[in-house]
Amino acid sequence: MGLTASPVVQTTTYDPPAQESWIATRLDFLVNAARAYSLWPMPFGTACCAIEFMATAASRFDIARFGMERMSFSPRQADVLICAGRVPFKLAPVLRRIWLQMPQPKWCISMGACASSGGMFDNYAVVQGIDTIIPVDVYVPGCPPRPEGLMYGIMMLQEKVKRERLSDGDLRHEMEPDPASGLYIPPPAIDELSEPFGNSVHQTRSGL
Amino acid sequence: MSDQFQPVLPGAAATREPAPATPRDIAYRDGAANPSADALRAQFGAAIGRTEVIWGETTVYVEGARLADIVRWLHDDPAQRYDYLSDVTAVEYRDPELPLQVVWHLRSLPFRRFLRLKVEIGTGAPLEVPSVWGIYRSADWFERECYDMFGIRFTGHPDLRRILMWEQYHEGYPLRKDFPLRGRFSRSEQLRQALAANPEARYSMEELSIADAFEDLPDDVVRRITGGERTGE
Repeated sequence: MGLTASPVVQTTTYDPPAQESWIATRLDFLVNAARAYSLWPMPFGTACCAIEFMATAASRFDIARFGMERMSFSPRQADVLICAGRVPFKLAPVLRRIWLQMPQPKWCISMGACASSGGMFDNYAVVQGIDTIIPVDVYVPGCPPRPEGLMYGIMMLQEKVKRERLSDGDLRHEMEPDPASGLYIPPPAIDELSEPFGNSVHQTRSGL
Repeated sequence: MSDQFQPVLPGAAATREPAPATPRDIAYRDGAANPSADALRAQFGAAIGRTEVIWGETTVYVEGARLADIVRWLHDDPAQRYDYLSDVTAVEYRDPELPLQVVWHLRSLPFRRFLRLKVEIGTGAPLEVPSVWGIYRSADWFERECYDMFGIRFTGHPDLRRILMWEQYHEGYPLRKDFPLRGRFSRSEQLRQALAANPEARYSMEELSIADAFEDLPDDVVRRITGGERTGE
């Protein structure tokens, strides 16, 4: 399932001392460590994944260990949007608006099969992956994922945050949707991403 | 009249022995019919069609044009007292002549009765049935949902518009048999239309201005509403 509009792939070797000054890399280290260990999540829980998310936040698994003890129920004070559960089309403008209300720097975790791909809900009402609405940094598979799975995704996001470079000019660009359609990625790519796969191809066997 | 249908009136329950138990060994068909079915036939005659009893639940097919009168009588008559409307929905069958049925689930709490009314809508007939909103306020969202999913118009409903799908949705009525599972439009077009909908339009000033909570709204909102501001599309 290849995308028609393939993004430009830029490969860089991670060797900061060879590329930048010692002061800049130390500053990056400091800023990134501060950000990575104090991510404030904005929980966007719509379904059963939110129950696992609550279990992750509760005492046994306790994402406070990752600096995430403060759930930010206002998007304006949040760093990472955790979308847990399916998103119907009616909720799509709400999710887009919440994402736009979050200040930079911001990240997004798509938790579970439904948020990542529509999951088993390959029907008229459910968005086939929230990456068609907002940019996503980490996808956590599972239906729903165990708390360990979400914590692994959080640690992957922390790794990503720790590798950010202040000298990267593209880092804090707010993605502007196409003004005509309001979409981030081209419509043919959305159609191709939303094509049925796995068991859902059999849903159309009656011809309807 | 079987024991199952003895009336339980206020004050009578305390002396009644023993407490009613969940009925067991109910016949699949031809069980004891709800006595309201015969009462309906005596009252309305030709407007009442056939009666079915399946798993102890009575279904009465009625004429659509008389439905509001029938439900009003069931609600008001002291021998019926159907005071609880638990569902309004519709079913579409793969039947070329009578594809659609609209279903009302009525419950009489004092008499412990359950009655299901059905109206059959034939092919080519207008998808219209009378609203029971004036009798049961709980019919408000049931009928809106039924309109949203099947396109059945409930005449007399004061605010008949979509409730589950957004108001600008115009792909059709999702629970109809001719509606494809994934919708009629491509995914990108569906997403484009969904993102173009304004989420605040659902909480319009019109709705707020007639809401019961109007007095509790913040002062600035009240000022904006009384100043004539409207956000609806």
